[in-house]
Amino acid sequence: MDDVVAPRDLANPAERYRAGVLKYVQMGYWQPDYEPKDTDVLALFRITPQDGVDPEEAAAAVAGESSTATWTVVWTDRLTACDRYRAKAYRVDPVPGTPGQYFAFIAYELDLFEPGSIANLTASIIGNVFGFKPLKALRLEDMRIPVAYAKTFPGPATGIVVERERLDKFGRPLLGATVKPKLGLSGKNYGRVVYEALKGGLDFTKDDENINSQPFMHWRDRFLYCMEAVNRAQAATGEIKGTYLNVTAGTMEDMYERAEFAKDLGSVIVMIDLVIGYTAIQSIAKWARRNDMILHLHRAGHSTYTRQKTHGISFRVISKWMRLAGVDHIHAGTVVGKLEGDPNSVQGFYNVLREDHNPVDLQRGIFFEQHWAGLRKVMPVASGGIHAGQMHQLLTYLGDDVVLQFGGGTIGHPMGIQAGAIANRVALEAMVLARNEGRDIWREGPQILADAARHCQPLKAALDTWGDVTFDYASTDTPDFVPTATAA
Amino acid sequence: MRITQGAFSFLPDLTDAQIRAQLEYCLGNGWAISVEFTDDPHPRNTFWEMWGMPMFDLKDAAGIMSEVEACRKAYPNHYIKLNAFDSTSGWEALRLSFIINRPKHEPGFVLERQETQGRSIRYTTRSYATRDPEGERYA
Repeated sequence: MDDVVAPRDLANPAERYRAGVLKYVQMGYWQPDYEPKDTDVLALFRITPQDGVDPEEAAAAVAGESSTATWTVVWTDRLTACDRYRAKAYRVDPVPGTPGQYFAFIAYELDLFEPGSIANLTASIIGNVFGFKPLKALRLEDMRIPVAYAKTFPGPATGIVVERERLDKFGRPLLGATVKPKLGLSGKNYGRVVYEALKGGLDFTKDDENINSQPFMHWRDRFLYCMEAVNRAQAATGEIKGTYLNVTAGTMEDMYERAEFAKDLGSVIVMIDLVIGYTAIQSIAKWARRNDMILHLHRAGHSTYTRQKTHGISFRVISKWMRLAGVDHIHAGTVVGKLEGDPNSVQGFYNVLREDHNPVDLQRGIFFEQHWAGLRKVMPVASGGIHAGQMHQLLTYLGDDVVLQFGGGTIGHPMGIQAGAIANRVALEAMVLARNEGRDIWREGPQILADAARHCQPLKAALDTWGDVTFDYASTDTPDFVPTATAA
Repeated sequence: MRITQGAFSFLPDLTDAQIRAQLEYCLGNGWAISVEFTDDPHPRNTFWEMWGMPMFDLKDAAGIMSEVEACRKAYPNHYIKLNAFDSTSGWEALRLSFIINRPKHEPGFVLERQETQGRSIRYTTRSYATRDPEGERYA
């Protein structure tokens, strides 16, 4: 690009805005002495510049293309307060231990964004810039949402505290299971699985992400049979039960129709998939708030852009957006299960969802301090390849405010679904009891489970079946940091 | 049937030593303990009767156990639970709740169905025990 940039006096506005092409650095998108304001939206990108593109210019290009810039100078900039609207790359650090990659810190003026709109925020931040040729790859690692912007979003309709009060369940993780097989069951058979799992001792059952309204089971049938199962299980146990009725559909009109039916039937919770899009999520979150409904989000599709370190969006950013958008539950990883999940990264996601305030925590991938300004807390959901034998690990890694979902680990139990549910509930309660008594559950966990299994045959059978099953593969999405690095 | 409300209902009934250990845990977290009892265990009966106010200033598990004992003595055949309340900002809610006493016989609930339009059903969960007036149940 150097050959097209003729020398000119950039301090002179007439020269600066003369037609032609300038480097992004020259256009004002690189300001290493800029001090971010409390009201700025901050973003951290991992950039991989093309060979020969220096990192400051690449960072400035990202700032430019995600805010006001185009490829050439336009005189119409001078009709605006362009210095204010320009995003500013203010810091570039090499990624520790990874040559050719850089962390670029960029600050955005708050007035660039429409209040309360994830669609508008993301149209800028991830809108154009990911296809930009001077970069080999780009990843949005983290964002700081200023309090002034956070307050324009409603946040979760229910939140952890109110969900617990509504369900009357305190002091332990909640238990769930996804109905399996995920496709093919008729409504009546599907409801059978729900009934058995809830009666056995789970708090929730769940539709899978791709259960909508297929030839083998139309949605109304599913809802009717599931609610019969929920109410029967409630009467059989004296406990409040729920089943996440997936209202995902082809149009918002269909989604509202399904959600209304779920409400009419007395369901405490409905569910959506991430693939419906940010605006649809905000719309149904608004509906959930109006109708006292817990809103569960399945993160279907996220791994297409969250998993690889060089490309896409970190799940911690998706977590932040979804807390703003107003979901009550979100799948956020298990650490020990079958799906991608480095322990530090996953704990970072959980902290973003559950805390009032996130300090900088590079070890867990948190680059910015974040104040949530009273936005309610999102309940993370741990699902995918977990079983009762891991209870001490799950409780240690994930804490109390989480839904632990054992799908195969309930339905695949050798003595049946109720037995599978009992095994999970007994394992959980025994582990919480022991932890509260001050025992070292990380070390003594297997013994605690074995002791609990002495009065619970289903737990013994579960431990015999799955006790040794682990998914021990290297994670791809791990934080890159040097322990001594200073905070942003 | 055995009502499974509360954090530890799937375990054998807790001994007093086990209850005390849980109280120590709650007190260690700065939570205030309260004792509540009822003879209406409907899953949506949010407001059980209070055995006095939450013990905000009582930091001694033995003292709380004597309240538990007194409540059990007064209501041996009721449900009694212990709650731990966290007053910190962002919570201001219970952090632990578990049943420590239950009637000798738990008759459970009937599920009543009212068939309405289409195939929709209105469900009502009714405790067999609440056929009798308050105070005369679980005799």
